[in-house]
Amino acid sequence: MTEISAEQQAARDALDAHVRDIVRWHFDPETGCPFWLEKATSLGFDPRKEITGFGDLHRFGPFEDEWLRGGPVQRWVPRGLAGKPVFVFETGGTTGVPKTRVACDDFRTDYELFSATLPDEHFPKGANWLMLGPSGPRRLRLAVEHLAQHRGGICFCVDLDPRWVIKLIKKGWTEHLMAYKDHVIDQAVTILSANHDIRCLFTTPKLLESLALRLESNGTTIRKAGITGIFSGGTEFTPQWNRFAHEELLDGAYMTPTYGNTLMGLAASAPTGPHNNYTIAYYAPQPRAVLDVVDFDDPNRVVDYGETGRIKLTTLTRECFIPGFLERDEGEREPPYERCPWDGVSGVRPYRGFASTTTVGVY
Amino acid sequence: MIELPVLRWGSPYTSMDVDDVVHFSTGEPIARVSRANGGLIQRDMRKAARAREVLREIPIDDLIARAARAGELYTSATLPMGDGTQTSDEFVHAQSATTGLPEQMCRANMRKNAFVLGRMGGILTALTRGLALDVLTRGHGEERDVPISYQANSPVLGLVLPSNSPGVHTLWMPIIPLQIGLVLKPGPQEPWTPYRMAAAFFEAGIPREAISIYPGGADVGAAVLESCGRSLVFGGTATVDRYRGDPRVQAHGPGFSKILLADDQVDDWERHIDVMVESVFVNSGRSCINCSSIWASRHTREIADALARRLADVRPLPPENPDAALAAFTVPGVADAISGAIDADLTAPGVTDVTATYREGGRVVPEGSAAYLLPTVVHSSAPDAAIVKAEYMFPFVSVVECPQAQMVSAIGPTLVCSAITDDEALRRQLLDATHIDRLNLGPVPTTQLNWLQPHEGNIVEFLFRTRAYQAAPIQAATPA
Repeated sequence: MTEISAEQQAARDALDAHVRDIVRWHFDPETGCPFWLEKATSLGFDPRKEITGFGDLHRFGPFEDEWLRGGPVQRWVPRGLAGKPVFVFETGGTTGVPKTRVACDDFRTDYELFSATLPDEHFPKGANWLMLGPSGPRRLRLAVEHLAQHRGGICFCVDLDPRWVIKLIKKGWTEHLMAYKDHVIDQAVTILSANHDIRCLFTTPKLLESLALRLESNGTTIRKAGITGIFSGGTEFTPQWNRFAHEELLDGAYMTPTYGNTLMGLAASAPTGPHNNYTIAYYAPQPRAVLDVVDFDDPNRVVDYGETGRIKLTTLTRECFIPGFLERDEGEREPPYERCPWDGVSGVRPYRGFASTTTVGVY
Repeated sequence: MIELPVLRWGSPYTSMDVDDVVHFSTGEPIARVSRANGGLIQRDMRKAARAREVLREIPIDDLIARAARAGELYTSATLPMGDGTQTSDEFVHAQSATTGLPEQMCRANMRKNAFVLGRMGGILTALTRGLALDVLTRGHGEERDVPISYQANSPVLGLVLPSNSPGVHTLWMPIIPLQIGLVLKPGPQEPWTPYRMAAAFFEAGIPREAISIYPGGADVGAAVLESCGRSLVFGGTATVDRYRGDPRVQAHGPGFSKILLADDQVDDWERHIDVMVESVFVNSGRSCINCSSIWASRHTREIADALARRLADVRPLPPENPDAALAAFTVPGVADAISGAIDADLTAPGVTDVTATYREGGRVVPEGSAAYLLPTVVHSSAPDAAIVKAEYMFPFVSVVECPQAQMVSAIGPTLVCSAITDDEALRRQLLDATHIDRLNLGPVPTTQLNWLQPHEGNIVEFLFRTRAYQAAPIQAATPA
């Protein structure tokens, strides 16, 4: 059996305790949501008694994608949160019914936790932000805006509708695609040049490229436009792209990769750069969310360190309980490190079983 | 194993993302190729104008001479290849190993490319209709006392290249002598020709800043097409449809090339069977100029039967065998999928697989992780069967029974049409048919090209536009 450090053991113990607390909440008729309370009647066991830690969550079986599609959305609102304002966030949705997730404060909590990982010298407290990316039904806009506010700044927002971008790609309307991209970048450049003291930026890799190239055409750079810190994310954030951005796009601005989506919080990356060959390893914000790298054929078997597997996500908050959701991505299992004494994942890329049918990196 | 870097205006760049190019049958890695990313290309293209500038510093006649020298080096020299070097034999061996094309076909395609490079002067004269080539450099000149002006539509030509046959590379051989830079995205199984040709050009004195090579996936192809003012892309029907009407992109897809045997000649069909076999079979049927259907109003069953008897005995041979005539399908499952599609189309009424009567077993021959498809001749008693419009990358042909009166409209889009007829009315009809690109009248194999003629559009007209130009001297101001 692999020996683990005291820090790792403490993290595991904390996770197990958190799991018990969250399962108790979601399966208590006073506090749970209609979906899980109804599901409990067919489980054949009482989760509040028999789920004693993270290792027991497999007893819920695979979490099915389809459960998150369609309504009524209220079936996901825990009774214990009755009366609180509820947001609904969507993911996907280019065709068919999107997946939904309800939230009250989770996105704020997640981004406050993430805020603690941002170095102040690159993301100065009180600086203003630009959120350049998808808003609409996604939580990103509100989350990044909250992050800016939490750090004492004000957030400017430029929207990009990824569902329309995917349609343009599928239709082969390249001219429209370029025009839409230019339209988005035009707005970003205008805001950056309007003396708003914007020093922090969230954007996607594709938009960062476009913004950097446009600024270069205008005789300036990301850094010279005032940006000192960037966070970005997505499966196209590969080590090669990370290196390319550092060497050729950023002009010295700091950039940190993130991995996340509407269902999970935000997984921050261990520091990355030339010192570690631009390797990107993500660590979930345990115990609120857990990332496992599991066998392609057996989602209950975690692969060995360094081995490749599909990413399995578990969300454990009072607002949302999603055990064992198989993500559309794969990667390599990474060992714990000092700041996150639990497993991480590196080399994140579209899951090979879906890769050929999924349009990624559209924005 | 050879490491092939990205080439950014002649400068090697080793990416952290790599793809192994493997032996078609054993899966043994032959090359490790750096993968570019889209943003990198878009950034490099900001300097595209420089490629044309450095080429314009060299007179076109000089570039033509250097192209000829490059052709000689490409054919016979030991040239740099990634982190090593490669002899011409090693090149042929590697190309065969990753594409599944027999070595003798690799050599034939090599000769074809070198032939074009060696006759560049004549080719450019033909494609420009005898234009004084320095007009392309200066942008203006005079012809028959009329001012003329040619303007480059783009300083570079992007090419999203295929892996099916190295013969397609002939299409971009004239680009450098036209003082236009090259932005190449190699086919995934065939990085060899772009790299070897670039090395030959450099050795022959072409400036390194004139050529970029960006291996990679679909995002790389998209970035090339997006960021180059003019591009050629090779793909299937979907690719061609996608770029139809886009003035920046010339899409090359299936050729649907055909032989028509008119009523005045069809009774003598046996005299033309060699032309038919060559058109179907040469280069293992991999080219867009290979014949995919033969049309006649009568004798079609006998024609199909004769072709089947000629082709049914062909079997795969090791790639190094000088008699090897079939190329392998390197992507697992593709051969089976194609064979399945053919079988599905054979269920239509009036459609028969004639080769099946001359051999035992199926048409798929597995070879390691790859597979071969044996030559297949199909007969269709009507022109509206789905199989008549099929084209596959192996010796496959439909022999179609169709009344001559319907033939020209029924054949549909056709890259090469060889019409065997002396019927003046039919010849006139064929000359006027805008859905036919290359027209051969008489027993000319569809695969026989005259390099002095345009192929799927004139590349000079694609790269340059003519426009009005006038210049008048400015008189010195008269002192008041």
